[in-house]
Amino acid sequence: MSAETWAIARFTVLMASLATLLVLPPAIAIGWLLARRTFPGKTLLETIVSLPLVLPPVATGLLLLWLFGRRSPVGQALDAIGIDVIFTWKAVVLSMMVISFPLVARSVRAGIEQVDRRYEDLAATLGAGSLRILRTITLPLASRGIAAGAVLGFSRALGEFGATIMVAGAIPGRTRTLAVGIYTLVETGREEAAWSLLLVSALLAFGAIYVSNRLVDQKGRS
Amino acid sequence: MIDLLIDVRLRQGEFVLSVRDEASVEVLGLFGPSGSGKTSLLEAIAGIRRPDAGEIRIGDRILFSSAKTIDVPARERHIGYVPQDALLFPNLDVTGNIRYGAKSADFESLIAILDLQALLDRRVGMLSGGEKQRVAIARAMMTRPSILLLDEPLAGVDRERREVILPYILRIRKEMHVPLIYVTHDEAELNSIADRVLRLGPQITQRSITA
Repeated sequence: MSAETWAIARFTVLMASLATLLVLPPAIAIGWLLARRTFPGKTLLETIVSLPLVLPPVATGLLLLWLFGRRSPVGQALDAIGIDVIFTWKAVVLSMMVISFPLVARSVRAGIEQVDRRYEDLAATLGAGSLRILRTITLPLASRGIAAGAVLGFSRALGEFGATIMVAGAIPGRTRTLAVGIYTLVETGREEAAWSLLLVSALLAFGAIYVSNRLVDQKGRS
Repeated sequence: MIDLLIDVRLRQGEFVLSVRDEASVEVLGLFGPSGSGKTSLLEAIAGIRRPDAGEIRIGDRILFSSAKTIDVPARERHIGYVPQDALLFPNLDVTGNIRYGAKSADFESLIAILDLQALLDRRVGMLSGGEKQRVAIARAMMTRPSILLLDEPLAGVDRERREVILPYILRIRKEMHVPLIYVTHDEAELNSIADRVLRLGPQITQRSITA
């Protein structure tokens, strides 16, 4: 396997890991909110959270391009403090985060919904506040669902293509991920190199889904 | 002795539980058949379930009053609650459970009174029904509650073990000076512990809602 293939594989795994780590806190917050709270606009929030699942990733990419581009207020604000997002590794992480967010949030929500609320009520009678209950009871008891969501989100991030190519492009050594690499190598007639990327992608995807299924199975048995 | 006012109206499925009692007690027994609302009433006192109307006062502290729009959150009520199935946190060991709400330095004396020394490092899944109850009592007592609510603590325990566990409960009351509300549907158990009995039953406290 060539040095180029390894470099792309390493970069993709690193970006997907970073995206998964960064997506977990907001996914846990939203998953908990949807599982445990009733509030006006809940259905709207549920719909927005699920949107990247059904929206074409390229369309999501276009939205991100518009949102973080230099002509938008967000892009201008980031530019003012010297942060460039579009066509950098940050755009790779950003698109991976947005695309994997619904999978992680839904899995966290399902994990939290399976926790018997009476444990949380009882912890309150022992003097614990909402944050302590979340940290010491809810999240540990929902940990398998959260871990399964993280693995699922990581797998989705590994294979991310549409949004990534829109906001990060396919710059060799800077933003080229496995999925984007396969596409550009085929486009430029280097099919053999594309096949080795395909093999790495398949192995990584197999490993991640296997771990996710194991976690879900154990959750079902426990 | 503690002054109690329990005046609660609570919708429960197709029924409305309506209870009123005011007394000065050491152990108030709540007696009634399954489904008569004993657990719901305890949950209302603990602050887990919100009554539709009424007032709950323990000592001179109003915990709930629909008229005065007072509803003290569960975590500020200082009430020890031991549910029927103990509800020990499965992600913590016995010590972790007992120390969860710790406010007091009574750990050693509670361990001695409830004879828990040998269980401290165990996972809660490895405990028997009676052991779980003792751990749950210790966990509740570590918060220095103004009153301890026990929901059928002997229900999941076989007859022989009951005679072992009841003395632990009596020792807690005597040595830690904590008043109890004790739920049971066993008359003999009630007579051995309660100094006042509040009887719940369809004929007395519940009525069907007629649409």
